[in-house]
Amino acid sequence: MSKIEVCGLNVYYEKGTVHALKEVNIEIESNKITALIGPSGCGKTTFLRALNRMNEVNDVMTKGKVIIDGKDIYNGGVDVIQLRKKVGMVFQQPNPFPMSIYDNVAYGPRIHGMRNKKLDMIVEESLKKAALWDEVHDRLEKNALKFSGGQQQRLCIARALAVNPEIILFDEPCSALDPISTSKVEDLLRALKKDYTIVIVTHNMQQAARVSDFTAFFLLGELIECGKTTQIFEKPKDKRTEDYVTGRFG
Amino acid sequence: MNLLERVRTCRFKRMDFGTAEKIVEKLLFIAALSSTLIVFFIIAFMFKEGIPALALGWDFFFGMIWRPSHNQYGIFPLVVCTFIVGIGALVLAAVIGIPAAIYLAEYSPAWLRNIIKPCVEMLVGIPSIVLGFFGLIVIVSYIRDSFGGYGECILAGWIILAIMTLPHVISISEDSIRAVPKEYKEGSLALGATQLQTIKKVILPNARSGILAAMVLGMGNAIGETMAVLMVIGNPEIPFIPSSILDPVRVLTSTIVIEIPYAVWGSLHQQALFALGVVLFIVVAILNLITTAVVRKGAMR
Repeated sequence: MSKIEVCGLNVYYEKGTVHALKEVNIEIESNKITALIGPSGCGKTTFLRALNRMNEVNDVMTKGKVIIDGKDIYNGGVDVIQLRKKVGMVFQQPNPFPMSIYDNVAYGPRIHGMRNKKLDMIVEESLKKAALWDEVHDRLEKNALKFSGGQQQRLCIARALAVNPEIILFDEPCSALDPISTSKVEDLLRALKKDYTIVIVTHNMQQAARVSDFTAFFLLGELIECGKTTQIFEKPKDKRTEDYVTGRFG
Repeated sequence: MNLLERVRTCRFKRMDFGTAEKIVEKLLFIAALSSTLIVFFIIAFMFKEGIPALALGWDFFFGMIWRPSHNQYGIFPLVVCTFIVGIGALVLAAVIGIPAAIYLAEYSPAWLRNIIKPCVEMLVGIPSIVLGFFGLIVIVSYIRDSFGGYGECILAGWIILAIMTLPHVISISEDSIRAVPKEYKEGSLALGATQLQTIKKVILPNARSGILAAMVLGMGNAIGETMAVLMVIGNPEIPFIPSSILDPVRVLTSTIVIEIPYAVWGSLHQQALFALGVVLFIVVAILNLITTAVVRKGAMR
């Protein structure tokens, strides 16, 4: 069953002068990894940020429907706080807050009113799920910025997991990481899809091929093609997709 | 060779490259050195003139009575009043300025910011004498009419100094709030935090050192400010430690201005005034050092 259903999504920047996403229709399946690929500026990050209304932080106009679990999140009745709790996000640059590991993971639960007793458990669980616990369990009080980029990124994943989301959006999570950290994060993604629906933007086509179940190809703000990853990479229907995945441009 | 020819050849003959380089370097060096020398000479001069009064030691720094006609030079009430006026003004400026900075940096739509920001900056451009005049005519009479007393008092000083400090507090605080990486803000919002939670838990803690620096800098300005304060705080004949914010007070700067005409050249009185200058200088210098330290610590993190 599809977790997210996007119908006729249009996004405009700069007071409507830049049309960043054009009539995007797509269904994203539950407990699968969906990769969004395409050249720079094709709208894949904009699309990703439309799924938890993070575009609203900037001056952006959105039209169309994004239906998550049967509810249109752009409908007035939806609480953006609850939405972002349900749809977590991990960014391109690891962005842990300049506080301790513990406080970073506990940040989300705390702002949602969780008090200290259960926090320890949540922090431990989240760090374990993010495959970081073994490396940091004796240094929870250390400032997060003292850790390596890969560890910081996994910390950000743990931080997102701590508020118990159902969907996690990854915006090029490995582009700032070295190959070893990248492979750790990829392993993590595969492990996480058991419990979460994952959408990942990536610049790296090998990465999309390695981790994702479905792939969507964006070009100039349009969704060109979407399907099973094997199909997109081996038998693309659209000529432009074929050109892109075979490395002829982009 | 006639003169004209000499001038002409002189102008068009290219100077030896190495010499020119050296001369320019020396000139630049002198320019760079001049400010250092000026500061050094002023400090040395102040200390030299002030030393006889500073040498009074305890009686000077902690003496409770400043009465030059009786040769009593205790600056303690002056120092206390200076800090009361400075800190109070700063608190007032912070109470208005920090929320204003938060609004400008985080909430305000661009068009409104484009109106508010220039107004705030314009506040800096108002000459302090004009502000003092305004304070004397408007604020002082208002206080006199509604709370009684002379009207010229600590409260009036706070208000005027707060107005003068406000633009610095707002603009430095706003800059430091804006300097907090966007990633932190987005990271917090993406976890479902409200904007207010994000400001409280992520943005303000990270902008803290900048805001603190703004405060200390504002404090330095407030303490060193003379003209506007002089006009609204009353300056009683014999300075005393006030018991109410409606009491008139005397501060270090206003004392110097008021008494210079009466101080006999070369007398202990004049030296005591120089010593006041030294105290003022040291206080402001310490505040500036704190600012630099705070900013550097913030930058290191």
